[in-house]
Amino acid sequence: MSFSRRETILMALGAAAATALPMSARAAIEDAIAAFTDGAEMAESGITLTAPEIAENGNTVPIEVSAPGAASIIILAAGNPTPGVATFNFGPLAGAQAASTRMRLAGTQDVVAIAKMEDGSYAQARQEVKVTIGGCGG
Amino acid sequence: MADNVTPRVRVPRDAAAGETITIKTLISHPMESGQRKDSDGNTIPRSIINRFTCEFNGESVMEMILEPAISTNPFIEFQAIVPESGTFAFTWYDDDGSVYEESKDIAVS
Repeated sequence: MSFSRRETILMALGAAAATALPMSARAAIEDAIAAFTDGAEMAESGITLTAPEIAENGNTVPIEVSAPGAASIIILAAGNPTPGVATFNFGPLAGAQAASTRMRLAGTQDVVAIAKMEDGSYAQARQEVKVTIGGCGG
Repeated sequence: MADNVTPRVRVPRDAAAGETITIKTLISHPMESGQRKDSDGNTIPRSIINRFTCEFNGESVMEMILEPAISTNPFIEFQAIVPESGTFAFTWYDDDGSVYEESKDIAVS
């Protein structure tokens, strides 16, 4: 069985499209991470993300982040319509580089916290939260 | 859009010099995400608080950028160092340009 030139090109295009599709679904959060870190390497320690393992109500999920020595912390939700959740910028009078708030989650997904340390390095923490009822309406 | 927005803040009345205190803030606000639809299928426009700042005697404690993924009635808890007696100023910035302010005094004994 041999392929014509046209068939070969079409197959190549199809293969490219098939690999690109899952990329675009993940692209939003990858873009958000790249915008914050400029593509720098991230350590896996130095930041703590506290979130419930199972959240019954996706409308109010309590989360807490703590990263001693951080200048700012960004929180992202991989499975929300827009990945951004919150950014904390700590000033000189911050008692601890920690904060807690309540967020919305559209469904079961990973929550990602990335800290930018004062020395310019980055650290990230990731936790999956199982959501029983999504919090984005509709 | 956002009616009856009431900021509530809990700060200890006094502290020792240099002590780290915990501050809790809550503000009543619908935080309309811009994702929901009304009964006719029209998208309800986004209307959220997009920024919060806390300052002590004019010096920054922290700033938070809020996105639509923050829950209704945003709750924020954080910690601050109190070097001297003074005033904490809390400011919330709404999408519609409104600014909500609250301040709390603290005495260093």
